[in-house]
Amino acid sequence: MRASTAPLEPLPLDTGQSDRLEKALAGLSPEQLHWVSGYAAGLAASQAGRLPAPAAAPVAATGDALTILYGSQTGNGQAIAERLAAKAREKGFGVSLQSLADYKPSQLKREKLLGFVVSTHGEGDPPDDAELFHEFLLSKKAPPLAGVRYSVLALGDSSYLNFCQTGREFDERLAALGAERLHPLVECDVDYEGAAQTWIGDVLSRLPEVMSASTPVPQLRAVSATPRYDRNRPFRAEVLANQKVTGRGSTKDVHHIELSLEDSGLRYSPGDALAVIVSNPPALVRQLLDELGLSGDTEVTVGGETASLEEALASKLEITATSMGFLKAWAGLGAAPLAALLDGGDKSALAELIDGYQVIDVVRRFPLAVDAQALAGSLRRLSARSYSIASSQRANPDEVHLTVAAVRYEAFGSAHWGAASTHLADRLAEGDSVAVYVEPNSRFHLPENDTTDIIMIGPGTGVAPFRAFVEEREARGAAGRNWLFFGDRTFADDFLYQLEWQRHLKSGALTRLDLAFSRDQAQKVYVQDRIRERGADIHAWLGGGAALYVCGDAKNMAGDVENALVDVLVAHGGLTDGAARQRLKELRRDGRYQRDVY
Amino acid sequence: MSAPHSDVERIKAASRHLRGTLADSLADPVTGALADDDTQLSKFHGIYQQDDRDLRSERKRQKLEPAYSFMIRARVPGGVCTPSQWLNMDRIASERANGTIRLTTRQAFQLHGVIKTRLKAAIAEINREMMDTIAACGDVNRNVMAPTVHELTAVHAEVQEHARALSAHLTPATRAYHEIWLDGEKLPPPAVADGEVEPIYGKTYLPRKFKSGFVVPPLNDTDIYAQDLGFVAIVENGRLAGYNVLVGGGMGMAHGEPETYPRLADVLGFCAPEDVLAVAEAVVTTQRDHGDRSNRKHARLKYTIDDHGLDWFRHEVVTRSGVSLAPPRHFAFTGNGDAYGWQQDDSGAWHYTLFIQNGRVGDFGSLRLKSGLARVAEVHTGEFRLTPNQNLTISGVRTADKSRIAAVLDEYGIENTLQASPLRLHSMACVAFPTCGLAMAESERYLPSLLDRVEERLAAAGIGGDAITIRMTGCPNGCARPYIAEIGLVGKGPGTYNLYLGGGFAGERLGCLYRENIGEAEILAALTPLFEGYAGGRSPGERFGDFLVRTGVVRRVTAGRLFHAAEPGRG
Repeated sequence: MRASTAPLEPLPLDTGQSDRLEKALAGLSPEQLHWVSGYAAGLAASQAGRLPAPAAAPVAATGDALTILYGSQTGNGQAIAERLAAKAREKGFGVSLQSLADYKPSQLKREKLLGFVVSTHGEGDPPDDAELFHEFLLSKKAPPLAGVRYSVLALGDSSYLNFCQTGREFDERLAALGAERLHPLVECDVDYEGAAQTWIGDVLSRLPEVMSASTPVPQLRAVSATPRYDRNRPFRAEVLANQKVTGRGSTKDVHHIELSLEDSGLRYSPGDALAVIVSNPPALVRQLLDELGLSGDTEVTVGGETASLEEALASKLEITATSMGFLKAWAGLGAAPLAALLDGGDKSALAELIDGYQVIDVVRRFPLAVDAQALAGSLRRLSARSYSIASSQRANPDEVHLTVAAVRYEAFGSAHWGAASTHLADRLAEGDSVAVYVEPNSRFHLPENDTTDIIMIGPGTGVAPFRAFVEEREARGAAGRNWLFFGDRTFADDFLYQLEWQRHLKSGALTRLDLAFSRDQAQKVYVQDRIRERGADIHAWLGGGAALYVCGDAKNMAGDVENALVDVLVAHGGLTDGAARQRLKELRRDGRYQRDVY
Repeated sequence: MSAPHSDVERIKAASRHLRGTLADSLADPVTGALADDDTQLSKFHGIYQQDDRDLRSERKRQKLEPAYSFMIRARVPGGVCTPSQWLNMDRIASERANGTIRLTTRQAFQLHGVIKTRLKAAIAEINREMMDTIAACGDVNRNVMAPTVHELTAVHAEVQEHARALSAHLTPATRAYHEIWLDGEKLPPPAVADGEVEPIYGKTYLPRKFKSGFVVPPLNDTDIYAQDLGFVAIVENGRLAGYNVLVGGGMGMAHGEPETYPRLADVLGFCAPEDVLAVAEAVVTTQRDHGDRSNRKHARLKYTIDDHGLDWFRHEVVTRSGVSLAPPRHFAFTGNGDAYGWQQDDSGAWHYTLFIQNGRVGDFGSLRLKSGLARVAEVHTGEFRLTPNQNLTISGVRTADKSRIAAVLDEYGIENTLQASPLRLHSMACVAFPTCGLAMAESERYLPSLLDRVEERLAAAGIGGDAITIRMTGCPNGCARPYIAEIGLVGKGPGTYNLYLGGGFAGERLGCLYRENIGEAEILAALTPLFEGYAGGRSPGERFGDFLVRTGVVRRVTAGRLFHAAEPGRG
């Protein structure tokens, strides 16, 4: 994707000209239109000496006349697709040729004309490179495709039961989604050559009429004012995908979540956060009720509204985190040992209660008989949780993506859960919805100058905004270089978005990627170690005006990285430790060192 | 004009004698894979890039690359290795690979699941014990096979020596292997022509893989008819008189492409022992110069011979080698399985051949093969010999040590493996899922349970004690040589196989397609009446495959080119 809205090729005519042309062409038959196009081409050729030839327009993905997509295990399908592409180009049509593995399915609804070449394997399975597209197309995520025309060439082996199954499924599903067959499905056996040749010829012969019939006249569309969403008026976003992105061997459970913003008008920039209005884990609500011997049906009042206690604990009150307010209230309700602890002023004991305890842990350690309303009154209102947005809206116009590590752990002899992370990771299926709003973060934004280099340091889920950064810079065609430091536990199972980074490195959207996997060798290695190793280059980039970004854990990582950056400035910039720290402060002040740590 | 060369030819030609960008690929931290072209070149170094296919789809969703790992194949000419080499492989398997050792159908070692960052260490450690992996795969002469045991120790030793000499003679001469894996000194680019770097192979090596082996009748344990180049020892008066030279065998084919087929080797003539290397080199260079480099599915020696004719080929070999091949001498085979259990040779030494299901050496419950064999290796003073049927011979045991070895085998549950049915003892399966990139269906993970069912049917027919060869592969390339089994099962898709019947018990006849694309129930339904017919209708001593051909259940396949004639269910 290269643009936020489907760009229509700018018409090289002014309004008067286009009106006159439209009138002149009105009512002509396809044959007559063909003749006119040839006549006009002849005129242009005769004037070619006097007029500059129209510059080859940059071929935007969506502006192509024909998009040819292939899914091929053996390379036969790819070869056929390449042949069609070459022939279509020879005839002067714009062509985009892509493997289904590289094709972004959200693009589908913006296509005009699609040619598919897809094989079938085993017992009716799609080839590896078409697997995800196949799943998308047959799922309920597939959008309506009215106005899209297509033809499918299916490759197969008729000695298998489900001969050409994938091609058949594509053909039927595209029609069911409202797309129009440009040419009926063609099924090829292992001796595919003849049928494929005929199909290529047939598709090519239909191109001129389709193109002349579908060339659009640009229309202005009214842009509605962006509605505002906030805590009280959140947008209910449909979940498009909820995918675990750590491997089987990982000790972590990180999910990539895609939400639909379709028709919301909601806007965000890379670096912004998405606030998610969450509910508490049902198992935890049940445990709390059982622990206190309370009925979930009892009505309570929270913030002037009446709800059952169970409902209030599930979605209105904070129970996965303690707060000073709650501790004081619980002490006030009669928990004398807790009151003594609060009065004693032992800061480390208090810090432990606030950082390490959930409400149920306090209730278990300081048991008390309370009624439903007293419990409800002691608890803080459930707040929304913010996540650094992991997508660029320019690259994903109708979507917002998050990278969420599910928090689950054992403490005090029982299972514990994070509210938001498990709400997102465990309790949202595709098709469900979740209430969200955008929290702009003006202190963590890409340089306005697209030629500025950036260095991104984002271990773990701290990598989320950098996925957005790279997508955005790629979509903008930003010339500045992009360097990412990523780290996690293991290469095999914790390399978040590995396939995307590999693709970005190949395309050049990502210039450099340095990795630190702490548990892959005896000696633990972290991003700060890589920063020191690459110190000379980092220093050179900074000298060239590069901006630094750090995202992730505030407790340890942010400080470790800062110290490593100081070391880099000392080692390669000849600064004293104090001067180096001062230099980082200046970079902070100038917006060239931005942090999103939590 | 000949057709354009295949892409692999381009990669070989540009590789600077198999270097490519392997060193850079190994150093790239962003992927667990090699660069695409390097995955072709790594094979010449004995390394196949693979991935866990059970996880492939799951990981793609997780936005993670496939779980790449590497299969390392170590060459063992003639299958002979020392106890310390065995212990070395045992340790590398545990520390660098997936904890098991795979003995192959070509008497080589395979380690699976070696991740990229451990690859170099594993290769270096293999070499530390004077074993290597170069040319274990790739378009070169692969591991040279030879029989593991023969009662005539002098003949056996001579044949083994010829196998080692052939292996050494046809090993690529490039320094690339030492540079990349053993931190060998990087010599300046050779100031000599390519032909002098690789005097036999040249800079593009062979058009395709090349397999060679030796055999001493009457046992055809090395499946000599399946080799590109085979030497059949002719023993006269207890002495090695020379060899019949066989050429043009090979198993691989592709489903749905009848122009590809398995083929048995033809007898070219007889040569004296001292002419083995000259004849072999002439066969190799003829294939180098005339093999098809445009189509890798038509590049094996078998197609070169079928395209040009055997007489033309013999003339080339005679001209190139200067060896005038004599008319072949008579020989006959009795079977292609292993001789299990204890055997004694004419020197009085003992050899114990044990059954290793599908060649997989690991610890499985009470059968602690890996630990037990390591224990044997610690006390054994003779050799280990990897058999061509994926089994192992503990070789050269003195009478005085026999009971000690037997006690270890018993303690680790290994002695019991010979209690398996004759069918199972004559079974082989290739690796297939989850690591082999070519697999279309399960093989190693599935055959044992299928055999449970087949054993029931055999027992019901009253022939549970009869030996029948049964071999399974997950794809048509034929690593377990299924096309010369009496019952061959070749993977077609998940859970489905083509069933081939009527191969010769001694590997002397190709089977014939009997049922296409069938699952377990249909396999059993197809076999059951045939077992019953065989039990009631066989002639004395008649083998299952011979019976099926004689009674017309399947066509007698007399040549590779006729393998696909009138297949059922096609068209």
